[in-house]
Amino acid sequence: MKFGILVNEGPYQHQASDSAYLFVKAALEKGHEVTRVFFYHDGVYNGTSYSVPPLDDRQITKQWSELAKEYDVDLVLCVAACQRRGMMDDGEAERHGKGANNVAEGFRISGLGQLIETGIQSDRLVTFGD
Amino acid sequence: MGDMSEGGTTKKFLYLNRKASYGTVYALESLEVVLIAAAFEQDVSLAFIDDGVYQIIKGQDTKGIGMKNFSPTFNALGDYDINKLYVEKESLDERGLTEDDLMPLVYEDEDDDWAEKPSIKIVNRAEMADLMQDQDVILSF
Repeated sequence: MKFGILVNEGPYQHQASDSAYLFVKAALEKGHEVTRVFFYHDGVYNGTSYSVPPLDDRQITKQWSELAKEYDVDLVLCVAACQRRGMMDDGEAERHGKGANNVAEGFRISGLGQLIETGIQSDRLVTFGD
Repeated sequence: MGDMSEGGTTKKFLYLNRKASYGTVYALESLEVVLIAAAFEQDVSLAFIDDGVYQIIKGQDTKGIGMKNFSPTFNALGDYDINKLYVEKESLDERGLTEDDLMPLVYEDEDDDWAEKPSIKIVNRAEMADLMQDQDVILSF
């Protein structure tokens, strides 16, 4: 089955991104396809490279990056949500005159159209959030 | 899973609005998705349940809270061919609201000489469940 995933909450504050990660990992290990994970609202904070949680806690952003590398999963951060919340790749940082890129490896910033496309292309779109 | 037409798949998308407009950002960012989605020529419906019904209350004034009143944007949905807005009756009842408290959202029906028609339909909880059952994709905010 082709799954599309929508993550609407930030890491640590809410279990949504943990549940999404475990769901995606399990689905891929079972041989399903995950067309894309789209991060919206505070969900975009899952993709910050500036997160340094305590070492005895789960490393949420790193987990996503490793999953993207292992299974070639497309991790997309919504550009409009990122702009409100201070998430920038090189292009966005240059466009807005900001100094840094804080998008972690395996993530990319793109538009909301990618969410709609995911809904069209997936057999099931599964939302994680409140 | 949807119909094939004009070189692409058309699916039934339901945007399920469950939260009031200003306490959290969900309502505003949901509306932003709806406006982007309009460009994809999908079969789009909006539903308002629970505190989501407050999103389309008429006479909203946000001056006192320093936030932008985005409720006028709902008036533009008809121009984007988004004219199926379902509001759950029980959610209105539970909050002491009636249809008269809602914005008079309308669209122009191109199949009926551009007659102006209401976009809002009040449905009960069972009908809302049927509506959800009928969708391909539900985006719940």
